[in-house]
Amino acid sequence: MSAWPEATQERARQIISRYPEKRSAVMPLLYLAMAEDGHLTEDGMAEVAEWCGITPAQVQSVASFYTMYKRERTGQYLVSCCTSISCMLLGGDDVLHAVEDESGVPHGETDEEGLLSVEHVECIGACGGAPAVQVNYELIEGVTPEKARDLVGWLKDARPSVVNTDEMQELFGGPRSFDWGIREEEGAVGPYPAFQPLGTVGKE
Amino acid sequence: MTTLLVTKRMVDHPADSHTLERYQATDGYNQARRALGMTRDELVEEVKASGLLGRGGAAFSAGLKWSFLAPARPSYLVINGDESEPGTFKDRQLLERDPHQMIEGIIITAIANEVHHAFVYIRGEYPKPARRVQAAVDEAYANGFLGKGIFGSDYDLELTVHLGGGAYICGEETALINSLEGLRGEPRLKPPYFPAAKGLYMLPTIVNNVETVSNLPHILAMGSGDYAALTGNEDTGTFMMSLSGHVEKPGNYELPHGITWRELIYDIGGGIPGGRDLKAWIPGGASAPWFVPEHHLDLPITKDDTAAAGSMLGSGAVIVMDETTCMVEAAERVIRFFAHESCGQCTPCREGTTWLEMILRRIEDGQGRAVDLDLAVDVSDGISIGLGWPPKMTTICPLGPSAVSPIKALKDYFIEEVESHVSQGGCPLKSAQPVGSP
Repeated sequence: MSAWPEATQERARQIISRYPEKRSAVMPLLYLAMAEDGHLTEDGMAEVAEWCGITPAQVQSVASFYTMYKRERTGQYLVSCCTSISCMLLGGDDVLHAVEDESGVPHGETDEEGLLSVEHVECIGACGGAPAVQVNYELIEGVTPEKARDLVGWLKDARPSVVNTDEMQELFGGPRSFDWGIREEEGAVGPYPAFQPLGTVGKE
Repeated sequence: MTTLLVTKRMVDHPADSHTLERYQATDGYNQARRALGMTRDELVEEVKASGLLGRGGAAFSAGLKWSFLAPARPSYLVINGDESEPGTFKDRQLLERDPHQMIEGIIITAIANEVHHAFVYIRGEYPKPARRVQAAVDEAYANGFLGKGIFGSDYDLELTVHLGGGAYICGEETALINSLEGLRGEPRLKPPYFPAAKGLYMLPTIVNNVETVSNLPHILAMGSGDYAALTGNEDTGTFMMSLSGHVEKPGNYELPHGITWRELIYDIGGGIPGGRDLKAWIPGGASAPWFVPEHHLDLPITKDDTAAAGSMLGSGAVIVMDETTCMVEAAERVIRFFAHESCGQCTPCREGTTWLEMILRRIEDGQGRAVDLDLAVDVSDGISIGLGWPPKMTTICPLGPSAVSPIKALKDYFIEEVESHVSQGGCPLKSAQPVGSP
């Protein structure tokens, strides 16, 4: 018996139907489990195991391999600062330190309230717009330490229910890797990628 | 004058190059329709003749790769959009700005390889590109370009968009296949697990990069001869390069093979900010052995010229470092990436990359010892015997051997800088380095 609400179960069935073998759905279903509980719980992983016809230990072996499956309590906003080589060359470390300082959250940790998690990450493919930051995987390019402080303040004060990449880029960004084209309304509603039904708003 | 192929639509129509309306108004999907009337042999031969090389890093002939597909069916196609090599952001632009071009390339590749279910594997940190691709896939289904009986034919093609979980190693094709099967993204041994023979679900599988398949509509439209003739050398067609670091005009550039590094960095990239001097650059993504201006600035950017100089064009990512850059810190940052992304299967990579990161960190922090560079070279030799390029493999996949490229650069070009870190008890460049943006 699934512990998930019927709508989530329906999404799980849709996802599984896209693959020749149901085990292949383990990664998207792990995101679904994160969206249900805010992070990956033991129960969530057991649920995924049930859907994919594998054991909870097998699901955990997959979940523990990938950095985006958060198995500990994660803030409503996950702020990921790139400190890989191209961002480092243009001040990515200073941006990270500004985020840590302004939020009071050291990288790898979450504040007490559960609002903000901060992490430094390896290359996020925004090298032409370095330094880059993501909030719930929604990208901001050309961030300065000052703008990074403003971003943290905005997340704390405005507490947007959806984080939108175009909006954040306008407010806190600078030079971009390339022209992004027309603005989009979709965004992320939690610390997991806003893709397909997994927390995307706008259309389904 | 540069001919633009895969970036032409986004350059001409920056607002809406990703829409189906724009794609169809600019000859979109005509070549996929044409491919339905061609045989597997005709398509494989056309792509072979075009000289198209895989754009994911290995630069292997795409047509030849297709020709290796084993006869068992069903066969699968997986598009590698797990772009994660530091410095690389070209696939992100192709996914985000021209997803229909990739889908048309997928349809052509599927027909050529008798595939009826294809996958696009997009890295997890690219939700926006994935949304754009999914929207394009949905449009293609709605218009009968995907699904049952594509373009009114009797050919069925399903296309699934799959999001990764934040692991660079899944860009390695057998790791990607494991990941797509719902396993840990650990590379498989080759042989026996060559994807063309034993790939996804142990069936024949083609794994092609986003940029590679995005070229296919153009190859069919122009004909392989004209495509090959775009450049006067053996590397045919155009090549996307991601330029980042200390350059005035970073970004993705679609270029003909054969211009020089000087032209790329100074003419196209606008040179180094503040008129500062060039110190070194990474020519083909974080895996590639580094180049320095004294030896490499006037080399042509081709696969063979780069290989002859001991490096590779790889993913096309060029990371430029000016005179203010500490080479020890830059090396540490590149190696930290590989240590973080090592899947842990092979001891030389798992242990070696971690040790190299620690050694460089202590040199940079002023705790280095006189023997530390020799020690780092010795550890590197344990991962990549002789530190040559291409590396002598000690591991299942090339991730570990790639991690020693920065050590080779320190050993070959920057020994004095490493020694001064040790003798001065810290980084000699730190005080000279501008804070924040240069």
